[in-house]
Amino acid sequence: MNQFPNPATALPKPIPREGNSAQASAGKTGPKIQVSRLNLFYGEKQALHDVHLEIAANCITAVIGPSGCGKSTLLRTLNRMYETIRSVRLEGEILLDGENIFGLDVTSLRRRVGMVFQKPNPFPKSIFENVAYGLRINGYKNSLAESVEKSLRRAALWEEVKDQLRKSAYILSGGQQQRLCIARAIALEPEVILMDEPCSALDPASTGRIEDLMLELKERYTIVIVTHNMQQAARVSDWTAFLSQGRLIEFGATPDIFTRPKKRETEDYVTGKFG
Amino acid sequence: MAMSNKASERGIISQRAHFWFQRLHEGDAVAHLVTLIVASTVLVVTGLLVYELWIDSALSRQKFGWKFFFTSTWDPVFESFGAWPFIFGTLVTSALGLLLAVPVGLGAAIFLAEMAPPKVSSALAFVIDLLAAVPSVIYGLLGIFILVPWLRTSAEPFLNTHFGFLPLFQGPAYGVGFLAGGVILAIMILPYIISVSREVLLAVPPEQREAALAVGSTHWEATWEVVLPYARTGIFGSIFLALARALGETMAVTMVIGNTPQVSSSLFAPGYTIAAAIANEFTEATGNVHLAALMELGLVLFVVTFILNGLGRLLILATAQQGTARE
Repeated sequence: MNQFPNPATALPKPIPREGNSAQASAGKTGPKIQVSRLNLFYGEKQALHDVHLEIAANCITAVIGPSGCGKSTLLRTLNRMYETIRSVRLEGEILLDGENIFGLDVTSLRRRVGMVFQKPNPFPKSIFENVAYGLRINGYKNSLAESVEKSLRRAALWEEVKDQLRKSAYILSGGQQQRLCIARAIALEPEVILMDEPCSALDPASTGRIEDLMLELKERYTIVIVTHNMQQAARVSDWTAFLSQGRLIEFGATPDIFTRPKKRETEDYVTGKFG
Repeated sequence: MAMSNKASERGIISQRAHFWFQRLHEGDAVAHLVTLIVASTVLVVTGLLVYELWIDSALSRQKFGWKFFFTSTWDPVFESFGAWPFIFGTLVTSALGLLLAVPVGLGAAIFLAEMAPPKVSSALAFVIDLLAAVPSVIYGLLGIFILVPWLRTSAEPFLNTHFGFLPLFQGPAYGVGFLAGGVILAIMILPYIISVSREVLLAVPPEQREAALAVGSTHWEATWEVVLPYARTGIFGSIFLALARALGETMAVTMVIGNTPQVSSSLFAPGYTIAAAIANEFTEATGNVHLAALMELGLVLFVVTFILNGLGRLLILATAQQGTARE
């Protein structure tokens, strides 16, 4: 049942250490995000066990694994969104460009690490206001309209909504709403975009558009996507992390994970024998 | 033999299933009819209410006409009646009640829904619902024995000294009066505002808050700019529920307002409300015109409530459009 990446569409193997010319902060050669010794507990229950992960700049890193394996939890540590839940405890270190994210102000961290959620969640405001919200809240006042247009263009939504910017975001279809949420996230020019199963509520056509968009966006942004859809991970990602029961089982270049997994558990999962 | 038995059994079963299906189908029609009838009783009762008030107030309506709304005399001896002081008292005490209760109630609801630990929130919510169930006569008693003396000896002299330049706070401090009525109403409607607003805030999808946090909002910004606007309609609903209660509240208000039909610019002055007047005067109303005038007061209260609720709906619509079309 599982499709291995077609050699024609399989992505070139990324070279994370070389840095990327499109990246302004390309002076650094280390990974964009480095997760080490990460343990996370919900009350007594441990959800993440000693996770180590390096996320390369300007690449798409997919996190796959069975339901409840902790992949969304892992994603939510990267912008400290897990903190909205009470009785959660975290140990370990997460570095963004070598800087400990727990030492940063949480709002400035989230400005740098944007997020797109599982269900499209536009605000009950106009299309324009949805994109402008983050800009306003962070004190940008000038050329809002320009920034909104730029973000909508990058999210491949501009042509569809340019005549109805003042209308409620709820008139849009699910796929359009999700692209609006992507526009909202990129309006702040983040460095990293986290995507938590961004296509799970969408039909195949909308999913395809979002995937195309991700491939465009990685020129500018580092993308981490959580997905339960292995074909999606194989299609779009450069790197894949396989998580099971809160442990990182295997991490490597996507073609390797899907065609030459080193661990038996990974192979069982990607070939559909498991989960 | 066994075969045909089984076949006939199967036949019976399929027949039963058929009947069951039919019953279900007709059950839908029956349920539709029953619920329709029950629902229409609401309209019927409202219609009857207005009709009765209209018929029974005929004498008064014919005698005073529109003047009834604008004159301030209330004289059973000479059978001259005007409703203005009562309308004024009702509007002033209700407005005062809302003015005091809305900020407090909303603040408390935000705390309970957004800030407080869930256990504290539900424990407090239980107490608040208890408060809403306290009979109004008890609030009236507390008003007479605690609120009114406090207003007379402390609050009103204080307001008079420091804000006496406003006509609102001039004149002798009686204790009983518009201010006492407004404060007692505020206390009574507070639980409604808190309870309903809290529920509404808790019902806002967590994705909305997270979306706001994800673009770098602080917790408070997410609450104020995203969660509250999302819950706006429900919060307005809680306020109108409270307003309806305040307009019609009889017992507690009549115990503290002083029951004097007069219009005054001072909140310290005694006044009267429509509901209080009806309750107090019915037993003493001997003349037909007096009775009819009280009936017309009831009609006026109905109309005032109707208009204010209508305005409330308009307000919701207006702000909803603003919310989506704002630049």
